[in-house]
Amino acid sequence: MANNVNDLVVIGSGPAGMAAAVEARALGMTVSVLDEQPAIGGQIYRRVEDAPEALQMILGKDYGAGRVLAEEFRQSGAAHIPGATVWNLTEDGVIDYVDAGGTRTISATNVLIATGAMERPFPIPGWTLPGVMGAGAAQIMLKSAGAQPAGSVVLAGCGPLLYLLAWQYLRAGVKLAGLVDTTRFSTYVTALGKVHGAVTGRKDLVKGLGLISRVRLARVPIYSGASDLEILGEDHAEGIRFRHKSKSREISAGLVLLHQGVVPNTQLSWSLRAEHRWDAAQLCWTPVTDDAGRLGETQIHVAGDSRRIVGALASAIQGRLSVLAMHERKGGTAQPGHKAELQRQLARYTALRPFLDVLYRPLDEHRIPADHVTVCRCEEVTAGEVRSYVDLGCLGPNQTKSFGRCGMGPCQGRLCGLTVTEIIAAARKVAPGEVGYYRIRPPIKPIHLGSFAQSTS
Amino acid sequence: MTTETLFSIPKKAGQAMVRIEFEGETLHVPDGISVAAALLSSSRGALRTSIVKGTPRAPYCMMGVCFECLVEIDGIPARQGCMTLVRDGMIIRRQSGAPSLEGLASGGKNGE
Ligand SMILES: Cc1cc2nc3c(=O)[nH]c(=O)nc-3n(C[C@H](O)[C@@H](O)[C@H](O)COP(=O)(O)OP(=O)(O)OC[C@H]3O[C@@H](n4cnc5c(N)ncnc54)[C@H](O)[C@@H]3O)c2cc1C
Ligand code: FES
Repeated sequence: MANNVNDLVVIGSGPAGMAAAVEARALGMTVSVLDEQPAIGGQIYRRVEDAPEALQMILGKDYGAGRVLAEEFRQSGAAHIPGATVWNLTEDGVIDYVDAGGTRTISATNVLIATGAMERPFPIPGWTLPGVMGAGAAQIMLKSAGAQPAGSVVLAGCGPLLYLLAWQYLRAGVKLAGLVDTTRFSTYVTALGKVHGAVTGRKDLVKGLGLISRVRLARVPIYSGASDLEILGEDHAEGIRFRHKSKSREISAGLVLLHQGVVPNTQLSWSLRAEHRWDAAQLCWTPVTDDAGRLGETQIHVAGDSRRIVGALASAIQGRLSVLAMHERKGGTAQPGHKAELQRQLARYTALRPFLDVLYRPLDEHRIPADHVTVCRCEEVTAGEVRSYVDLGCLGPNQTKSFGRCGMGPCQGRLCGLTVTEIIAAARKVAPGEVGYYRIRPPIKPIHLGSFAQSTS
Repeated sequence: MTTETLFSIPKKAGQAMVRIEFEGETLHVPDGISVAAALLSSSRGALRTSIVKGTPRAPYCMMGVCFECLVEIDGIPARQGCMTLVRDGMIIRRQSGAPSLEGLASGGKNGE
């Protein structure tokens, strides 16, 4: 297996990765797709190939659409290497990964990073308690295990995935104790006025609003425009407290599902020392690429939500366009009109994004929390401690490591990096782009030393 | 006990089950699901305690990014429960505090 040079290795088998592989195979390239999950599909289409009928009914039409792409992928002749966690990638296309058998190496002329997104951290009081999870995490429980909340459950935050899960739960017969929505209903009108993309993306918008109104009709108590979220409980979650219409309210629930959007999974592009910029619209770091997702002058492209949040349909198109750019660099040409058609589709699928970014912008206090709130879950560093580092001269996330262990635990800053960036920027009164990020080094996932021992055999 | 779990998995006829052991207790769970999903649906409370202050923790992200699901599996500490599928006869234990990370090579550790 080692040093088997592929024309293309794709990291991630979500919509971006699968579509890229299909496109590359059609152009005659040899392709391997690595994914740390046991099955293809990525986040949106998790377990799409063998989800039972009843579950597909609950998850809805958009989920079912993934079957078509998954089948195309299976027929494309691309190799799929499941359960393969990539922990190192070099600029010249050498990829180290670990699977059940130990660590292995694979090489490629071109690499596509299609590692998708993760839920944005939601640092509020009590968010480390058992019984508090991401809404996306609960959706993974539903997709992969058919698991549903056993007792009282409340959903809180904002963003399409939050409402989607509420809707899917209703279809599954799960009763919600409440939907605490940090978006004010009036923001829909304001955001609409601001962004003309909402007109082109009208169809998607109507679909999104439809989800919310169906949740409303199901008599789920919805608290729109809520703020100051706080988890109740000592050893485990017992409920949530928040402000609504200038009153403090509480809902008791043993399971609190938080969500305030998704952010790119940039660990691999950071580890390459590629340039990243602070994206003020999406409030996260994004790798600097050309239109086709290429990182500088390298043979490495980034597509889908790991480049910038664009959603599943646009992710797939980006994957295809990245492959066309690789092909063109080698002097190849695509079928006439094909590229233009893909670009047209991409424009359509991304039209609504600026509107969504405005509408579902997470509240400041849920990104840049008060002093007593834990921001680094692994090493248990609070927002106040990070601010005290700034008082002592700390300039950015990377320097916090000389003051304490912030960002040095096993998650390698994934759950605190954005928060720490914004806390320091606010304390220093500079733009987040100025304070930088952690220096991410391989291995980008902790590896069991036993894996190395195995691989030498 | 069962009524107190955070999640439940509706029983399906013909569902293949496996037997796992968590802290000495035998659990029957559907085949093909992750250790974290199995424990969240059949046992209650924390899966581990945190490294610094020993506070209770449980799976948060279910997709391999938060490392809150670290448990000891078949004698090997610090396995990601959400990324590991259950297997018949698997023995799982809670993970407490710092020893959890022994045996791991981590980029975060030298990431100055
Ligand atoms: C938990 C969650 C649930 C979501 N559910 C929905 C939904 O129901 N509907 C919707 O419209 N959108 C959903 N989204 C948004 C999602 O980002 C989609 O827009 C879409 O899945 C993005 O496609 P993608 O191909 O860019 O990445 P993804 O679909 O996220 O695929 C990325 C893949 O890369 C793999 N990967 C990541 N890092 C590594 C590594 N180091 N080594 C090997 N493999 C790796 C992952 O296992 C994953 O399979 C969800 C997002 C999250 C985080
Ligand atoms: S639950 Fe987050 S890594 Fe497993």
